[in-house]
Order: sequence, then C-alpha cells, then structure tokens
Amino acid sequence: MGAPRIRIVVQQAPFDFGAEADRFAAGRTDLGAVVTFTGVVRDADGDLQRMEIEHYPGMTEKALEAIAQEAATRWSLGEVLVIHRHGPLQAGERIMMVATAARHRKAAFEAADFLMDYLKSRAPFWKKEHGADGAGWVAARDEDEAALRRW
Amino acid sequence: MEVLYFAWVRERIGLPKERVETGAATVAELVEELRAREDRYAMAFSDLGALRVAVDQELADFDAPLDGVREVAFFPPMTGG
Repeated sequence: MGAPRIRIVVQQAPFDFGAEADRFAAGRTDLGAVVTFTGVVRDADGDLQRMEIEHYPGMTEKALEAIAQEAATRWSLGEVLVIHRHGPLQAGERIMMVATAARHRKAAFEAADFLMDYLKSRAPFWKKEHGADGAGWVAARDEDEAALRRW
Repeated sequence: MEVLYFAWVRERIGLPKERVETGAATVAELVEELRAREDRYAMAFSDLGALRVAVDQELADFDAPLDGVREVAFFPPMTGG
C-alpha cells in the first residue's frame, strides 16, 4: 500500500462524528477495516461545569502529523484521520476522534490505539476542569507515559 | 527569541509569551536566567521534573542548544485525548 492519506484537524468548533465517519475512507474498496475512536468530556465527580482545552497553535498540528506519520511507518494504513478540539467544552461533548483504515482489522485497531497513546502524552494539549470547588489542571498520569513503552 | 508558556506555567508567570534577549547557550541556561528575574519565574521553574520544553515547536531536553532557535516553549506534561 502506498503512503496513506492523512488528515489532521485542530479546531474549536464541534465536529459531526457521523459525517466524518461516513466520509472516512469512502470509496476505498481495498480497505476492509475501519476503526474509529471518540474521546468524550467525562464528569467523573458529577460537578464539572466546563472543561477548557488549551493548545500550542502550530506545534499541535505538527505533532499530530508526526504521530500519524509514525503510525503509517509501523502499520500498512490506507487513511488516517485525527480531529482534536480546543477551547471550552461541556460534559458529554466530543473532544476528539481518530480513525484508521487498513486492509485488515489488526493494523487498524493497533494503529488507532497507538495514535491515542501518543496524542495523549506527546501532542501539546492541556485540560483544565472547572467545577463547583474551583478550577484545576488535569495532571498527566504515570500510566499514560508507561503506555508509550508498549510500542 | 520568543518564549511561550502554557497551562499553569502561563498562569504562574502571568503571560502567554514574551520576547527574551538572551545569550543562553542551552535551555537550562535560559531557565536559570528566567528564574533569577522574579519570584513568579522562580516559582514556575521550581521543579523542572514537572515541566516539558519545546524548541522551535519540537519536544526537546533541557540541555538542548539554543543557537539559531526562534521559539522556546515551557509547559506541564501534556494531557490530550
């Protein structure tokens, strides 16, 4: 398979998951497996008023592109899509999605998992939660860093 | 060069970016210069283990050289996804 088609989108506005999923790899009859993952704002303690996502314009796009390119060197992929939002979000809103298309499901699943692990810890986004008791930056978790060592 | 701050580093220092004239040879030397400025800088840079740095928009180490560099950014570990 040649170089995959890679699409990276960083935006504040909501995205239409259904339309994106429909359009992704549409017409590619050589790709038998499509995996999509969607991240949603979670209200773990029931008091989330909003989440703010800050990012580093310029570096964000480059980092996501580099992560997608790395995935394409490790798996044979036909298409890769990464959409990530920034700005204020409410609980239940979609933050981001990744989609991968490959000939077979193993590559599509593994590449999507890899993309998620890397964009959690290597793409310049920072989450701040605003709740009833004030606001706080979400701390990176040791597991997220450890997850990178799987690959 | 431009020095950028994100997330709680931006909040502690009180600005998102600034122009810095420096002769620092490495990121670590730049950090020493910034720390010496004012308490808010000293506080923001008190624990380098809690910070990450990008040099010209690529993740880097604190011993990275600054020769020819246009942009350095300091921020906490990233929490995307």
